[in-house]
Amino acid sequence: MSEPSDHRDDLAGLIACPECDLVYTAPQVAMRQRAVCARCHTVLIAPRRKAGKQLIALALTVLILIAAATFFPFLSIGAGGMHHDASILQAAFVFEGGLSVLSIAVLFFIVLIPALRLVLLIYVLAPIIRDRPPAPLARSAFRLSESLLPWSMAEIFAIGCAVALVKLSDLADVVFGPAAWMFAVLVVLVVATDNLMCRYSIWASLDE
Amino acid sequence: MGLVGCTRCMRVSHSGTQICPRCGSALQSRDPFSLQKVWAWWLLGLGCYIPANIYPMLETRTLVSTQSDTIVGGAVTLAQHGNWGVALIILVASVVIPVAKFFALAGLGIGVWRGSRLSERQRHLLYEVVEYIGRWSMIDVFVVAILSSLVQLQALATITPGRASLFFALSVIFTMLSAQSFDSRLIWDSARRPDRKEDTHP
Repeated sequence: MSEPSDHRDDLAGLIACPECDLVYTAPQVAMRQRAVCARCHTVLIAPRRKAGKQLIALALTVLILIAAATFFPFLSIGAGGMHHDASILQAAFVFEGGLSVLSIAVLFFIVLIPALRLVLLIYVLAPIIRDRPPAPLARSAFRLSESLLPWSMAEIFAIGCAVALVKLSDLADVVFGPAAWMFAVLVVLVVATDNLMCRYSIWASLDE
Repeated sequence: MGLVGCTRCMRVSHSGTQICPRCGSALQSRDPFSLQKVWAWWLLGLGCYIPANIYPMLETRTLVSTQSDTIVGGAVTLAQHGNWGVALIILVASVVIPVAKFFALAGLGIGVWRGSRLSERQRHLLYEVVEYIGRWSMIDVFVVAILSSLVQLQALATITPGRASLFFALSVIFTMLSAQSFDSRLIWDSARRPDRKEDTHP
């Protein structure tokens, strides 16, 4: 490793831990096994059988759930003979006046960024699972999708619904609407997607 | 070793390579401005966290009264009504965790700068926890949005978001950016110093 060589491909078999920079020879990892960094315990490689197809299926499901959950009411409240329910669009646009910039941010965090990430993921994976060459700009698309990951907060909003329910339960009758159930399913699916996705495998298949 | 690793796709390249040949990310052995960026976002985050606690987070109008609650004030009100559990959750989520995050990020920055009594693994764990928890703090802003959109019962009770919600959201965003700017590889560089025993091998 200490002698730099002119052949770039000599290094293709090496990987560096993204968190602590320790260099390894990329191991052959069997399906459902994991390669973990010996120094900082970051999971490096974790391939799953047919992960691509399952990821596309999950991504499509979550995309439909987000689209539907945006318009249906997610909580409804009743107190003293009055009744009101709220959808995600209403929740995002409660910030008015000087706070309206927050409305845009909330809409991005819980609807637009999660949806964009899923669309990008499907775009990247669809040719790979059919053994076609990668889609044009697939690498940029996957890079963007990965960098948006921390800003995709649909599942946090779902937990927020539960917190709001607890807060209000003493004061009024609060009932989950259809969107709340969709979001509950969404939380599980988002976690499943994260567990299924082996970033190294995707990058490696885009490299070919 | 004369190599540089890509933090996104783990591809190894010769040092001096600017763009990763596999994923197209910009390559840097270490981000030389990592700590400056961490501290800049950290200061902005702290600067926004202070007004987030001074201004009201929620304004509640009922038939008989109008009430503005700050984050801590709201928790105290809940506790006075006997909702100890919810009050405790709010205090932990909106006060304890954000403050702990500021301390943890500052600790990580100082640890790279002057060395630390904690082991590399402990500091790395701390970094992972801070990076993981960061986005979950946004839950407060979402709860404000949910409460305000839901509790619109005309004269009976209405809730509107207060100015603190914007500052709180900004504080969360800036702290997330601060954590993302931190180059976790810096933690492990001290493990390679000659005066210290190398404890792991690839």
